[in-house]
Amino acid sequence: MTVDSLLEVSGLSICFRTEQGTAQVLDAVNLTVGRGRIMGLVGESGCGKTTLARAVLGILSPNARIEGGTIRFDGLDLIGMERERLRREVNGRRIAFVPQDPYSAFNPLFRVGDQIMELMKWNSPRRSKDERALGALLTPYPRQRYLSDKAAALAILGEVQIPDPERAFRKLPEQFSGGQRQRLMIAMALLMNPDLVIADEPTTALDVTIQAQILKLLKALAKDRGVSVLLTTHDLGTAYEVCDEITVMYAGQEVESAPVAEFFANPRHPYTARLLQSLPDPAREIHEIGGEIPNLVFPPNGCRFHPRCPSASAACSRARPPASGTRQVVRCFHPQPPRVEVAP
Amino acid sequence: MSTLEPLLQVSKLRRHFPVRNALGVQTGTIKALDDVTFAVRPGETFGIVGESGCGKTTLGKTLAGIHKPSAGRILFEGVDISDLQGAARAGVSQRLQYIHQDPGNALDPRWTIARSLDEPLATHTALSRSERAARSREILAAVGLPAEHLHLYPHELSGGQQRRVGLARILTLKPRLVILDEPTSGLDVSIQATVLKLLKSLQRAFDLTYLFISHDLSVIHVMCTRVAVMYLGQIVEIAPVSDLFATPRHPYASSLLAAIPRIGGRRVTDKFALEGEPPDAGKLPSGCRFRPRCPHAMPVCAQLEPGLAPAGGAHQTACHLTESIELAQG
Repeated sequence: MTVDSLLEVSGLSICFRTEQGTAQVLDAVNLTVGRGRIMGLVGESGCGKTTLARAVLGILSPNARIEGGTIRFDGLDLIGMERERLRREVNGRRIAFVPQDPYSAFNPLFRVGDQIMELMKWNSPRRSKDERALGALLTPYPRQRYLSDKAAALAILGEVQIPDPERAFRKLPEQFSGGQRQRLMIAMALLMNPDLVIADEPTTALDVTIQAQILKLLKALAKDRGVSVLLTTHDLGTAYEVCDEITVMYAGQEVESAPVAEFFANPRHPYTARLLQSLPDPAREIHEIGGEIPNLVFPPNGCRFHPRCPSASAACSRARPPASGTRQVVRCFHPQPPRVEVAP
Repeated sequence: MSTLEPLLQVSKLRRHFPVRNALGVQTGTIKALDDVTFAVRPGETFGIVGESGCGKTTLGKTLAGIHKPSAGRILFEGVDISDLQGAARAGVSQRLQYIHQDPGNALDPRWTIARSLDEPLATHTALSRSERAARSREILAAVGLPAEHLHLYPHELSGGQQRRVGLARILTLKPRLVILDEPTSGLDVSIQATVLKLLKSLQRAFDLTYLFISHDLSVIHVMCTRVAVMYLGQIVEIAPVSDLFATPRHPYASSLLAAIPRIGGRRVTDKFALEGEPPDAGKLPSGCRFRPRCPHAMPVCAQLEPGLAPAGGAHQTACHLTESIELAQG
């Protein structure tokens, strides 16, 4: 894609050691998130979307091994970078994280305000170079910065529509509902003025009316601040709601990547087309994809969807199809034809 | 109403849970079900939809006899089953079955599939051993598994096949009414499509009536004939599925429908307006329970609790204002 990209993952392969053997969870995956854009990373469970998000955050579990590929974030090489520098300069500051489960993300024993200020003490964008040079754990929180950080935190709680931020600051996490806790998580992610927010299934644990509220909020805040978002979800409807672009993964490979409108109007990869057809729709019969998701310890060769694909040929099992298309990139030897381009 | 005798008739059903403090003194009540009234006709799929905490699972469990109702009547095939105990109740469960979210999980890992399928027949029927074996094979074929699977253990099957066996286990008794509690929640859409298709074909093959409990409106839309929408322990609207989705009458039902992302349609995030969250189930507001979030609330809504009443067409709603407000058309 030619857009000004903030995050560029290319050829990323990751393996996990498991009891059954080595699982090839990501197989040379490519992903680009443009500046100020919301990218949806969509796929079914086990397709590797969370692994990819965690790789960008540098929080892979110890049994994971990066086999190849690069993750470039605003010119920085995140894989080659030393851990200490990554932690100090990138994670939590320039890349923030909104987790799936707003129930377990807070420490239940501390007031919400204290947890936010703890984060701000070390990661506030107002923390000066001198302070950082001191570095020692015992550094007190400078009064002046504490006050300006707190004012910023209260302002952002207002922006995420937490009623009465001053009082909310003194409450315990259990005094908030799931939807409110997710609002708090979004507020905390935005407090560091990050360039990229990674939201891992941010509304999966929420009810549908609350989900609509949170998605609306996330989208508005990201657009207001020009923050890029990488949103992983299993729900195509959620992706349709908030994303500008969408990348679909299947069994550790990205199969299609396109602007949302083009994607939903004309999915080109046989898997994505079938995935859309398996959505319940009263206007037609229910379609199933047939077959099952492969075991990633023994993945199929070539395109990993070929054993379930009706248009598969011998070539599909020999090598992974190259990327084709410009706006709508599809990795398939037998894609659906592109729609006739209409001048915008 | 249809001329058919309802298979299941629930009236004024209540299930209240006491809230106790550390000393065991009752400090309040959670009204998980409050005056729930509806009827399920033979052969239909009756949907119960609502968000978490609305009481839909409590309803399923109360109907299945897992919870005892606090008040109200449950007529199944014309007989009141709300007070039945012991053997009488066990007789009913043959024809009224409850299916958990993942029926595959209910299989005993140390039993072969054949033994799992045989157990309910041995318990509930007087069939001979060979008749039972024949019935097991017939049902296994109906859920789409080969007879060789009878000699396997659950761990030798995939998750989807285990689920099929779990369903088969319930069908061996040839129930009339099956309560499905969130049969597809937590599943990927492609697997969900397979499960829904299977449930539909089993319904045709065994002439089943379903009570289909789900939080997912799009699943309800493809599966059900009539739907009840629940909010905080009460039914706020009952309508045929196409009428509900075309013209929801209750303000909560219309907000709920407006919240589902519809691919290709207008984005929900551009137009969705429902504010706030459901209140604590232990501290319900006076009058209508949806009042604090309702965009149309009037003084009367705080004073009187609305009951379920006919509201034009085949709709029944519990709202004071159904007549006077023009609700946004879904």
